[in-house]
Amino acid sequence: MADEHYPAELRYHREHDWVRVEGEEAVFGITWFAQDALGEVVFFEPPAVGAQLSADTTYGELESVKAVSDIYAPADGEVMAINDDVVASPELVNADPYGAGWLVRVRLTNPAGVDDLMDQTAYTAYLAGLDQA
Amino acid sequence: MSAISPRTTSLHDRHLAAGAKLGDFAGWQMPLDYGSPRGEHLVVRGGVGMFDVSHMGQIEVSGPDARALLVRGLTNRLAAIGPGQAQYTLMLDDDGGVIDDLIVYALIDRHLLVVNAANRAACWARMEALATGYEVTVADRSDEIAMIAVQGPLWERALGPLVGSPAPLGLEYFEVTEDMVASVPAFVARTGYTGEPGVEIMCPWDLAPRVWDALACGSTPVTPAGLVARDTLRTEMGYPLYGNELSSARGPLPAGLRWACDVEGLAFAGAEAVRRDLEDGPIERLVGFIFDAPGIPRPGQDVLVDGSIVGTVTSGTLSPTLERGIGMAYVAAGSATPDTEIVVDVRGRPRPAHIVRRPLVARSPRND
Repeated sequence: MADEHYPAELRYHREHDWVRVEGEEAVFGITWFAQDALGEVVFFEPPAVGAQLSADTTYGELESVKAVSDIYAPADGEVMAINDDVVASPELVNADPYGAGWLVRVRLTNPAGVDDLMDQTAYTAYLAGLDQA
Repeated sequence: MSAISPRTTSLHDRHLAAGAKLGDFAGWQMPLDYGSPRGEHLVVRGGVGMFDVSHMGQIEVSGPDARALLVRGLTNRLAAIGPGQAQYTLMLDDDGGVIDDLIVYALIDRHLLVVNAANRAACWARMEALATGYEVTVADRSDEIAMIAVQGPLWERALGPLVGSPAPLGLEYFEVTEDMVASVPAFVARTGYTGEPGVEIMCPWDLAPRVWDALACGSTPVTPAGLVARDTLRTEMGYPLYGNELSSARGPLPAGLRWACDVEGLAFAGAEAVRRDLEDGPIERLVGFIFDAPGIPRPGQDVLVDGSIVGTVTSGTLSPTLERGIGMAYVAAGSATPDTEIVVDVRGRPRPAHIVRRPLVARSPRND
């Protein structure tokens, strides 16, 4: 399993999802914190290619042996591709949450919305706050 | 914040050192997994793993009328076992609902009831209530007895170098003996909850770490496995779990536990309700099912046949052995036949599945 880290080039949603902006497109996934809380991921229920995702709403599910976790879109977008490798090998989400464990690629339909998300500093502070709660 | 903090077993330090993810279970802080529930499951199926099940309760019944009390208090035919043997059995309330499922171990001079952690108080209270008029002593030994389940096809290789005599290695399924394990006095029983051959070791509470360390560090090291793997293993075997498949709301027959009831004698407390169920026939039955496509069933989800709800999922998981969603459900008796095509409503997504006989995987805990 990967060590805890939160890359500086990503933006973060309070439901522990990340977005990597690549021009007009973006990649979504879940953070190290989220995969650690969920435990060993055994199933990914992806959205359909072409689905319109709305920020702050769920677009799929990840399941461990014991629990189901909704995944939230950190930004508005249209699904261009899903990560078939994660569908086949869901444990990639644990092994490499920011790399091979990405979940969907979208075309951003409101790129400015990404600016409202947390950066690395804000997200790690947010996690520290959760820890004390 | 007034909740009583959960108790820990004498192996708590070992769990922390092994990187366990801990969770609350029936008032106990227990290892859920040690990093990979799936890996721990497969180790038990193919090698040997060990579970700390010290949270389980042990109720000791002794005295001249001990067997008479147990014939009254437990459903199975106690006459079938003598000293050195164990039996799966049930404790019912007066309405025939299940108070607990348990294993009774017949020892030389007493009987030991190993009960679920969550039901320890209820089982104790029931035995105490039934004991009136019997010359017996009912003692709760749960705080004194630790329990380690060593399960998997390599159990003999792992345990062999640690036992004081060859007796534990020669046990038949559901036999029990008193011996030494890693120089610790222990009851060793050929029982378990995984569907693999193996033993359950009961030893003095404070000495369990010595047994655990010896098992972990032997020439055939035993891998720690958590309660999540224990649950997926028992689900693959179709073994009922109290709280999921069993409760005071149902009797033993719908769960398929007629074999654990003395239906000839019907002398046990709660037998009247069982007799009625026998005469009427069950209106629902517990079945196993396997998904035909990806997805994972969860307890509480509806089971449908031809668009109509016929039952409810009681346990569901992803089977590490089959790599499919599997589960158990109570369904209407008319829809309980193996191969019946069903649909499970997984959060609004219909998942096709079919009913199968239990066990759901081709494994057996019996001697080869």
